[in-house]
Amino acid sequence: MEFTLKTFIFYGFALMTVASALIVVTVRNIVHAAFSLMVTLFGVAGLYVFLQADFLAATQVIVYVGGILVLILFGVMMTSERFDMPIQVKGHIERGQLFLGGVIALALLMLLLTVIANTPAWKNLTDDGTELPPTTARIGELILNGQFLLPFEVVSVLLLVALIGAALISRKEVRD
Amino acid sequence: MTLQHYLVISAILFTLGIFAVLTRRNAISILMGIELILNSCNLNFAAFSRFMTPPEDISGQIIAIFGIVLAAAEAAVFLAIILAIYREFGSIRPNEVDTLKG
Repeated sequence: MEFTLKTFIFYGFALMTVASALIVVTVRNIVHAAFSLMVTLFGVAGLYVFLQADFLAATQVIVYVGGILVLILFGVMMTSERFDMPIQVKGHIERGQLFLGGVIALALLMLLLTVIANTPAWKNLTDDGTELPPTTARIGELILNGQFLLPFEVVSVLLLVALIGAALISRKEVRD
Repeated sequence: MTLQHYLVISAILFTLGIFAVLTRRNAISILMGIELILNSCNLNFAAFSRFMTPPEDISGQIIAIFGIVLAAAEAAVFLAIILAIYREFGSIRPNEVDTLKG
């Protein structure tokens, strides 16, 4: 593969995503982890752009960075008393948990990489660089007037249920 | 860029998310791990949609959008539960929360 500007930017986004995700899972301060998560989400949005999924990239930035991340930061603020929790607490049980979690995660990564490297159907599928038409109009057509109308309605009901449920769970208890 | 590039990035994100869920001792950090897992899953959907189907078929991207919606709903409910737990126990460490309402 020749090393063009495009591949350079792609590897930049990939490195940004993976490195900041590594910071998210290792750093002690949870606020730093949240901001690192923001970089990860932007990196994934950049990868969506490389996959020519423009609407998906915009949705990723709006919903994740604009919504979920703010929600997480609010959660950090409202439970702030002990948010500065170190990942490695004293005692052999916690260290054992860290060790076991690392072993499981590493084994899982090895398994996934082996599968990815050895599945014949996934080999030699290269991005030929052809420019696809923008997807937004077609996504709207498929969701509102096509085969995805029913899932769209079901998901909107689910969002309503989640909204009501979140408000109900987090409200102050009313004594009667 | 090949399909395998995206799959490897996604596998790394998934593994880091699993690691966070298994080892962090703060419920919000666990939520961040879950978000990493969901992101890796959506990235896989988009990548397979780009490489394994004809270019005019974008169902994979739509499934990824539904995944983002589900992640938003899940985060809202998760944080509501965290707030309720914090009010009850004064802590959001998962191993200190060991009482069910009888």
